[in-house]
Parts: sequence; structure tokens; C-alpha cells
Amino acid sequence: VSDQKPLGCWSVKHGQIITCPVVCNFETHEYIAVHDDKVLRIWKNKDINLDKVFKATLSADVYRIHSLPNGGPVVLFKGGGVRTLDVLLEAPQQEIENVISDEVIKWSEAFMEGQQPVLIFATEKDGDFFVYVQKLKMNSLHKYKLEQQELSKPLSFTAYMKNQIITLLCLCSNDSVYKVLIPLQQNTEEEERILFKSLLLNLSVSGSVLKGTSFVVLDKDHVAVLGSLAVSGEEPKECLTIWNTKFQTLQTSKELPLGTSGQLWCYEEKFFFTHGKVLTVMMYKCETSSLAAAVGKLKDSQTPDVSSFVNWNTLGDEELVVSFQSQQSVALKSESRMTLRSKRNTVAKVQPDTVSVGQLLLNLKDASTTVFEDELRQLMSKAQTPDFQATIGCVITALVKRCKADPKYYPRNFLLQIVQTRDLSYSLCPDLMAIALEKKDVHLLQTCLQRFPDIPEEITYACLKVFLSISEAYLQRIDVNLESVICYIDMEFNNKEVKTEIVENGFNAELEQDIWDTKITKETHLMADGEFCPVGPQKAALLNAVLHSAYSETFLLPHLKNLPAQQAVLFLRYLYYLYVKCSEKINTALPGIRSPTINQIMDWMCLLLDAQFTVMVMLPEAKELLSNLHKFVRAQVRFYSELNKIEGSLRELQRLNHQKDSQTYSIEVLELI
Amino acid sequence: FEVHRVRFFGLVPAGVRCLACQPRGGRLALARTDGAVEVYNFAANYFQEKVIPGHEARTVEALCWAAGERLFGAGLGGDITEYDLARLCVARSVDGCGGPIWSMAANSSGTQLAIGCEDGSVKLFQVVPGGIQFERNLDRRKGRILCLSWNPSDTHIAAGSIDILRVFDVSSGRTIQRIMVNYHVQKLKRECIVWSIAFLSSGAVVTSDSFGRVQFWDWERGTLLESHTVSTSAVLSLAVSEKEDSIIVGTSTGATYQFQLLPVKMGSLEKRWVRTKPFQHHTHDVRAVAHSSTALISGGLDAQLVIRPLMEKMQKKGYEAALRKFTFPHRRLVSCARKARLLLFQFSQHLELWRLGSTEETGKDGEVLPLCRMPEHLVQLKSKGPEHIYCSSVSPCGSWVAYSTASRFHLYRVQYEGDSVSVEKVPKVPKLLLPAYQLQFSSDSDSLFVASARGSVHVLQLLEPGGCKHLHTFQPPSGSPEAVYLLASSADGHWLAAVGGDWAIHIYNLKCFQHHCMVPMYSCAVTALAIHPVTNNLVIAYSDQQLFEFSIPQKQYTTWSRTVQNCGLHKVWLERDSPITHITFNPKNPSHILLHDIYMFCVLDKSLPLPDNSALLMNQSTLKQLPETARQRQLHAFKICKKFQPLLFADLLDENCLVMVERPIMDIKTQLPPPIQQKKFGT
Repeated sequence: VSDQKPLGCWSVKHGQIITCPVVCNFETHEYIAVHDDKVLRIWKNKDINLDKVFKATLSADVYRIHSLPNGGPVVLFKGGGVRTLDVLLEAPQQEIENVISDEVIKWSEAFMEGQQPVLIFATEKDGDFFVYVQKLKMNSLHKYKLEQQELSKPLSFTAYMKNQIITLLCLCSNDSVYKVLIPLQQNTEEEERILFKSLLLNLSVSGSVLKGTSFVVLDKDHVAVLGSLAVSGEEPKECLTIWNTKFQTLQTSKELPLGTSGQLWCYEEKFFFTHGKVLTVMMYKCETSSLAAAVGKLKDSQTPDVSSFVNWNTLGDEELVVSFQSQQSVALKSESRMTLRSKRNTVAKVQPDTVSVGQLLLNLKDASTTVFEDELRQLMSKAQTPDFQATIGCVITALVKRCKADPKYYPRNFLLQIVQTRDLSYSLCPDLMAIALEKKDVHLLQTCLQRFPDIPEEITYACLKVFLSISEAYLQRIDVNLESVICYIDMEFNNKEVKTEIVENGFNAELEQDIWDTKITKETHLMADGEFCPVGPQKAALLNAVLHSAYSETFLLPHLKNLPAQQAVLFLRYLYYLYVKCSEKINTALPGIRSPTINQIMDWMCLLLDAQFTVMVMLPEAKELLSNLHKFVRAQVRFYSELNKIEGSLRELQRLNHQKDSQTYSIEVLELI
Repeated sequence: FEVHRVRFFGLVPAGVRCLACQPRGGRLALARTDGAVEVYNFAANYFQEKVIPGHEARTVEALCWAAGERLFGAGLGGDITEYDLARLCVARSVDGCGGPIWSMAANSSGTQLAIGCEDGSVKLFQVVPGGIQFERNLDRRKGRILCLSWNPSDTHIAAGSIDILRVFDVSSGRTIQRIMVNYHVQKLKRECIVWSIAFLSSGAVVTSDSFGRVQFWDWERGTLLESHTVSTSAVLSLAVSEKEDSIIVGTSTGATYQFQLLPVKMGSLEKRWVRTKPFQHHTHDVRAVAHSSTALISGGLDAQLVIRPLMEKMQKKGYEAALRKFTFPHRRLVSCARKARLLLFQFSQHLELWRLGSTEETGKDGEVLPLCRMPEHLVQLKSKGPEHIYCSSVSPCGSWVAYSTASRFHLYRVQYEGDSVSVEKVPKVPKLLLPAYQLQFSSDSDSLFVASARGSVHVLQLLEPGGCKHLHTFQPPSGSPEAVYLLASSADGHWLAAVGGDWAIHIYNLKCFQHHCMVPMYSCAVTALAIHPVTNNLVIAYSDQQLFEFSIPQKQYTTWSRTVQNCGLHKVWLERDSPITHITFNPKNPSHILLHDIYMFCVLDKSLPLPDNSALLMNQSTLKQLPETARQRQLHAFKICKKFQPLLFADLLDENCLVMVERPIMDIKTQLPPPIQQKKFGT
């Protein structure tokens, strides 16, 4: 509160002492104070002199008054007796029983349970702690003994009530918060029972321990603790901290250098505490804690063509009908479900219901591979159902499981077909890529890299490694999607057959051949390091898939460090080649579908150099490559700085043009058609 | 067309000083720094319905609506002025007896006015029929009262001064609370000026001050509830929505911010003021803001009035939901002598007469032709006295110039002898009911039509060499309290159309001086009208962008007009945000209607089909790319050119010669005082 002004001030006579906190009765807007343990004072806002207000002298010492929002104030006496204020005021001198003999009340709190007030208080005697729960209307009192603990004793308590259970939290001298559950529903009038504590939170962060003095519960996952943070070798600093009990983490803390009274209150999402000489009010906000928010890994989607997770287009008309009807009434919905189910039953014989996909898969577990695949195909072909995505997931998982179980089994084409035709994601079938990696099924990996939006960097790296390590000869035999490279790699170096395929567009192949040949001879003379492709087209296509995948640098870099030196050099060589290729064109873009963009190439190049810098420097065969790269980059930089100059002068020219335009008078020709 | 692109009209619109929304009404009153008062009508697409020109000695610091439809203004002259919105002039004026008046506020029932004066007094006036009556003074302290606000139950008044805000009890007249607003900035010795204040029904008082803060105070306890620092420079203005759930503030950096009272959590009862939307529409001080039920309105010293609709209050995207900025008046300030190729520019206190240049070349589309004669500034006519000019006109032959102020009417005879120009005032102009709201010469320059109050139009006959005679006064047969604001006369001198403030269009026969007929009433304001020289059809543009064509001889809408109404106009056309301000015709091609608003010039070809909503309305650039044969299919009636912006005036000089008067916004900005320097990144 920045602008503190007392709105009212009352004082007792000299020599009298106010012995318990003043409370406000919310129903009557009266204040209630106790001075000299026994004298009750009740007054209203407009009363000025405290001596002249209502006074009642009680027969026993008051420990505390609790004011409840709609239950009226409740008075707790030092002997453990409890009265509502109304009862007490009828006969102020009434006898108050002593419940707790020679125990001392340490803390108390009151709640409303339904219509009746519940008072809970904790007492101490010779190091033993007891908890009493008193229900006023039923006049029932339960006594509990708190589980004894070595070397620690409770310093401060707080409690909240939820679902008929009081949760008592106690802050102990060993800097931990314990949780105690006290059920309210207790019919048997038993002897004192022992309450067991469970550790909720340990108030220590990286070596420093928070000596808590008071604390409050904020919500089901957060507590706020006021205390002094003791770092070894330093003065303890007082601070207010918010802890997440779910993850045992310190959410936030604020230092309070001026010192506090050690007390903390919390109402309506605001903390109240004294800081130095002023009352400080602080707003807070606790967001629902989730691991996702705590860790917060967000994929940067570099590939704009990522597939969505739910393909709304695949939803059939039936589903639309269902969703439409569901808005109207629940009854209708279930009805339509039923018709839907019966319809499906007629269409498919074997286990048509989506609910039983799992069951179907279970049944098929031991079937022969051909039967298994057939069944799965059938399942997929008709699966235009709302939870189709989940079904696919199940199918894939089943397939992968089977692959794992049976090392010989690997339905290459079937998997490829699924990945190509359906909108899958990595998280839906995490083991699929692992299996593919194991089997070195590069085509599947390529497809996955192109289609999955959420591949972890580790897997991306594994793919890269596999792609780089695989031999060209092996790749020649494998069918890989080459659409990303065919436009810029001169195929005839590696594979004449592929080349003729490309120019088949009604050209005279032989004529073309001649032109190509002459070109090649020319080019081979000029061929520097960056001008021929260091990898075959298949490998290039695979690497392009890696370049295209989404990644975040921080997660990828550690993996990239592990890349063997030879492979790193090869990869760099390829990147350099791409870079040179890109720079040939004025728009610095490679032709073709899914070909890597200049930015992707540059990013990967930087990343690779970052990760492998020392290796590169040491490696003799990389030396020439690096120096070439350096030369080329330097030339480019020079070129671009020249461009910059031209741009500057052109802009100036345009500005002049514009100025000419803003003359005050001109005669122009306008044609309106 | 050969286009004379004119940019030498040095109009600098005056800055917006204050705004007042009519409570529960659909009108917005605006006062400019030159003392002019304008009224905008929300229902008529924010058309600038009424303009009361300013007065040198009469600045307006505060405007408020009281007793329903009555508009009061108060200013540094120390007078409280009531405006006559029918006759568009000052109805009466009462001295506030407290030195310059800085602020004025009406209570919620509109029966009392409170003014805050230089000497620190707050005075109450009773609004009585036919004027206002001094009631009493409230407790006086030193320090000018810069802003005032009544609480919604009319029992208290909050007044903001320098460093302090005070709350008065209306019944006792006592100060019951003083709050020092600079309480926590002792270090700064600058004074803290409370620029604006608002009293909420919850008991909170909102202030905006020169430290850039918007603060919420509990006036009973004198404590600060909330403080938001929105700007490093002053927050000059503040307005609260009628429901008190939204506040708009304007700062001296040209930014405006919206505050909204929002629940802390979803479904929570506890609500808090949150700064929600920042807008930067202005370049200079935002001196005035207003909050209508559907829009945030701000007016700045850069003369712009910006209306920013609240999207959450809008049902659908459409005309209503568009952001609009008004910089220029919705009236013509330019008149053109077609035959003499002269332009007359109207400024607030003088007129300028220019002769257009000429060229001997021709060229293709887009070319700039070399000039063989430069435009020439012929005459500058200074209006005498403090009053600003209401209207002006030049006759088609260029030899007559007329203008009117609030109390005087002037007619000049201009003679051209070679290069020299002589201006002679016509003596003994007939005494007319003044002021004149619109002047129009007949096309043969023989007579002058003067639009006047109470729906009347005077006809003056111009006599050579320099004389005139009152011929006749037309009155609408049923009478009307409202002034005539638009006139149109036919080329053959037969007909005259006049539009009054009640939007009724009357047509008079000039040959026999009789009322001919009335165009059926339409529920929107007329923004422009003209009579076709050949067919004598009256073309009318309304502020909701509708176009009508009315045949005067037949006294009914033409078939083309009915077709337009049946088909409906193109959506894009209807969504334009500035009204058509001038209509003219091409006598050589009777099917053409030439219209323009601030942002476009359009040739409407009645012989071509109307575009439907799927067609591109602005299709000139595509048409130009198409070959001749393909064009035929793409042609439609609206030929729109947006090359000239902002367009203040466009007219046809002859068959293929146009004049366009532009006023580039940049030119205005260079004439304004420099805004508060703001460090921008990279400058």
C-alpha cells in the first residue's frame, strides 16, 4: 500500500494491554477486542473512545477470537473452552470449562463446515503436540496427538478445509513442511489418536535453507513462506517465497531487506505483511502447475507444411451429424451413437467398433504376419471414424511391437504406406523411427522427417548419422524420394539412368546427351571443391530431409558434437555445395520441391561448425574445405556490401523522385476506362 | 482527362479542443482550437452535420450537452455560450464572472451546469428555458479549476486543479475532501496538473495528470486505489463509458489507451481496471476523448477526429466497424469558376483566388504535361472583424465573389484587365437574414442564391456594373426551423434545390418563383446534390453512401435510380467511410456523373451495368492491363480513381479537363508545431 492512511484509531487506557488480535464481526460491522485477558470490548466504526463502548468481563482468560464470515465470532479460551460470542454475551460470567489441563495453546483456526463452525487448535506440553478439533453445534471435541519427530518440533501451523477433511500443515524446526490430514467425520468418541505427518516440502534451495517463520497455503499446489534465507557465510536475509509443492520447487522469492515481523497474512490473492515500518500488500498469481509449463519445450516449426494432428476432412458426414446433434441434447446423441454403431456393424464384420480396436489388436497378437497385416489394412481402410487418429496410433504401435518381438519381421511397405498417407506425428508412435533406424530403412526415415512435425533432436541427429554413414552403393539400390534434389544435382555423374529419366519430357535424349557431355567436360575443368556434389543424389535427398526438419539449436548442438569427424566433413562439404548452388541463382533459392532453403543451409552450417569446430581445425582434410569456404563467404560478403551501396543510392534516387512528385501544381493525364 | 492537380490550397484545419457526446443521444459535439463547433451525427454515419464557424475572441475550452438537445460551450473568454443548432450560430452568451473558464460539466439530468474558473471558483448555473441562470458559488480556493465532474447522483462535484483535487458537496457548497495528487513525488518539484477527472458511481474518482498517470481515488477516504502510469508525458484527457466499464485516455504523445474494468479471474466478482488497448492514431496531443456506446473517439491537435469502434460491441464486420479518421470538413471549402478557370479557397478568415495554369501538350495516361503558364495567385480577400467565414463562392464567369460571416454578407466584383486584377466591393447589398450558410451563383452568373436560416433561400439578381437587387425569398411551404446548408441550381436557370438541417430537399421553380415539389424524405443526411444540366435530374448523395436520382420535371425518382435501389450498391462502395462532398456532370456525356469524396474520384457511367458484390469495384488497374476486347465484359458503372488523396475538391472545367484540389496530410503536419520529441529506435 503506497498511500497509507489510518482510517480509524482507537486506544485502551494506559496500563491496559490488548491481549489478542482485534477481529471484525462481518455481520454487524463491529470490532471486538480483548484487553487484560478477560475484558471484552465491542464497538463500531463511529465510536471514538474505547472506554465508553460496550464492555464485558469474562470469567476466564481468552486465547483468541475468530470471526467467521457467516457464523459470528467464536471465542477460544486459554483453557481450551470454546463459546460463540452470542452465547457468551448472554451470560458473561458463565463458567468456562478447562479442557486441556496444563497444555498451552500454540495456534488456533476456525472454519465453517456447512452451517456449523469448526475450531481447530494445537497445544504443546513438554515437547508433545496435540491437536483439538471442536465442533461447536454438536459440542464434540476430538483430541489428537501429533506424531513425535526426532529433533524437530512444529514452529507454525496453517490449515485449510476441503471435502470434510482438514489439512493441517505444520512448519517444523528442521525446515520442512509437513502435512497432516484430519478427517472431520468422526463418530466414535475415542481416546486420543495419533496423527501421522507426511513430508510435503523441504525448504531448501541449492544449499541455502529457508528458516520459515510463518506460511500460508495459496492453492492446492502452492504455499507461501515468509522467513529468513540462510546462506552459509552470509547474513540471513528475510524473504517471502512461493513454493510449488507438486514439483518441490521454489517458484519465486522476494527479498525484504528492511525486516519483517515474521507474520504473513493472505486475503483475496494478496499478501499482507509488515516490511520495515510499512504494511506491504502484494498481489500474487499462481498458475496451475503443469510439467509442460514448467519445462516449456516448444518446437519451432520451421516446416510450414507440417501436418495437423486431427484431419477434419477425414471426418465423415456421420460424425458431423453426431457433433451437431450433441449440441442439441445428450439423449439424442446417445441415440445417434447407437444407430451409428449398428450401421458400422453392417458394414464391417470383424470388430468394427472403434472402441474395440485394442481388443482386435490383442486378438491378432498371435496371428500370422499375413493375417495380421491384412486385418490391419482392413481396419484402416474403413476407418473414417472420429478417433481414427487414435486407431492409427494403435495400429502403428501394434506393428512396431511386433517388429520388436520378431527381429525378422519388418513390414517395410506397409509402414511406409501408413506414414505417407496418414497424418501421423512422432509422439503418436515414438518407437517407429527407432525401429526404422535400427533397420536402416532410410526411405521411411526420410518420409518421417518430412511428415512428422515433432521429431526430437536426438532422433534427427540419429537419422543424420545413419544417412551420412550409409554407403552410396547401398543407397543406389534403395528407392528414395528424390524430388528435392533432381532439379539441381547433375545426376549423370552418378547415374546415367536417372538422368535420362529426367529429360524424358519429349526431348531427344541423345541430343541432350551431347549437350550435357560438353558441359561436363567444361565443368570438370572448373570443378573446385564446392562445385560438384560430394554425395550421391540419394544421400543428398536424405540429407535434405534432415535439413528440412524442425529443431531447436540448444537441444541439437550436444548431439551434433558426437558426429564422427569424417561424417562431419562430408556433411559440411555437402552444405558448402548447397550454399554455392544457392548463390548461383539471383534469388538464392534452389529449385524443386522440398529443397532446402538458404536459411536452413546457413543455420545448419553454423551449427555444424559450432559443434565440430575443434575437430575441423585439427583435421588435415578439412583444411582445404574450410579455406575454400572462407574464401567464398568473404567474396559473398564483399558482394553484398556492394549491393548495399547500390541499394542506398537507389533509395536516394527514389526519394528525389518522390520529392519531384510533391510539387504544388501539375497538369497530369488521367484515363478512366 | 487533363487533370489540374492543385496542391497549393494551404488549409490547416484547427486542432480538436474538446468533444462531448450527447448523453443517450446520437450526436457528438466537437470544438476546435479556433472556436469552431461541429456536430457529428452517429446515426448518419458520423456525418459532420452542423458547423458553427469560430470567432477570434471566442475559444471553447469545454462543451456540454444539457437539457436534452441544448449545447453549451465555455471558454477562456469567460463566457458561457449556448449554441443555436438550428440557425448554426451563437444563441446567447452569459458572463461567468470568474475570469477565463477552463472547464464545464453538466449534471446527469442536464439541469445544472458547473464551471471551473481561473480564479479557483466553481460556479453553478441553472439551465432554464431560454438561457441559464447563476445559482451559486461553491467553496473557492486558489488555483484554476482545470476539470470538473459530477458524480452520477449529482450530489458531489470533483474538481481537478494544480497539484490537488477537491470534492465538493453540492448542497452545502463545502469542500469535503482535498487530495494532494503529487503526494508521493516530493523529489520532483514540478507541479502536477490534473488535466482531466471523472467521478464514477462506485465512488471512485479517476484523474489523469501531467505526470502521465491515471489514478483511481477513493474520495471518501482520500486514498489512492490504483495508479497506472501510461505515459512519460501528460495524460491530457479522459472519458468514461456510460456503463462505467471502460475508460479512454489521451496523452500528449498522440497515443490513446483504453482501460477496462475486468474480472481478476474468469467468473470472479472482484474486478480491476486493466489497461487493455493502446492506439497511436495521432501525431500530436490528444486534447479530447469521448466514449460512445460503441466507439472510442479521440481528437487531437493534429486536427484529426478518430473514431475507433469497439470490436466486441460489433455484431458483424461492416460499415459500422471501420476505423475512421476525419481531418477535413465534410463541406466544400473550394469553389470553382469553370469558364474563367479560377479557384476560390476559403480559409477561416480570408479567401484566396487563384487562376489555374495551362498547357499546350497532350499525353498518355499518367504523364505529367509541361506547363506553359503557371498558376497565379490573383487576390487575397481578408475578412474584417473577429468572425470567421461561413461560406464563400465565385461565379462561373469569375467576376463575382461572395462570402458571408455570422453577421455580414459581402459581394465583390472582380475585374481582370490583362494581368492586373481589380476588386470592388458591391455597395448596398440588400439586408438579409444572416448568416448565410451556402452561396451559389447561377450558371449564367446572373443571380446569386443565398441559403439562409428557417429554410429560406434568397435570390439576388446581379447587376452590371457591380450592383445587386433582392429578387425573391423562397420558403418551404410548411416552414422549417433548420437552416439550409446545401444548394443546387440547374444550368438552364429553371430549378433550385435546397437542403435544410432537417434533411428535407425542396425544389423551387425559378421562373415563376414557386415551390415546385419536395423529394421524398430519406432517413439520412444529404451530403451533396446537383442538378443535371441536360435532363434536369437531381442527383443526391446521402451520408450512408446511397445515391438517388430524382427527375425534377416528373417529380419522381428515375428508372435508373430505382434500378440502383433494387440491385443495391456494391458492398465496398457502401463501406467507404467518407461522404461524397461534391457532384458534377459532364455536359457532353449525359450519362456520366462525377462524384468525389476525400479518398477517391469516381465517374459513374449510367449506361454501364452496375457491379455486383462479387465484382471488383476498384478495377481500373486491372482494366488497363486487359486488351480492348476483354475490357468490355469487365466494365461496370463505377470508374474509380484513387490517385488523388486527400481530395478536397474536384470539378469538371470542360469536356476533358478536370481540376483536383488535394491537401497532402504531410503538408499540414509540417505546419503544425513539433510534437513532443519521442525517441524512436534507430533515430
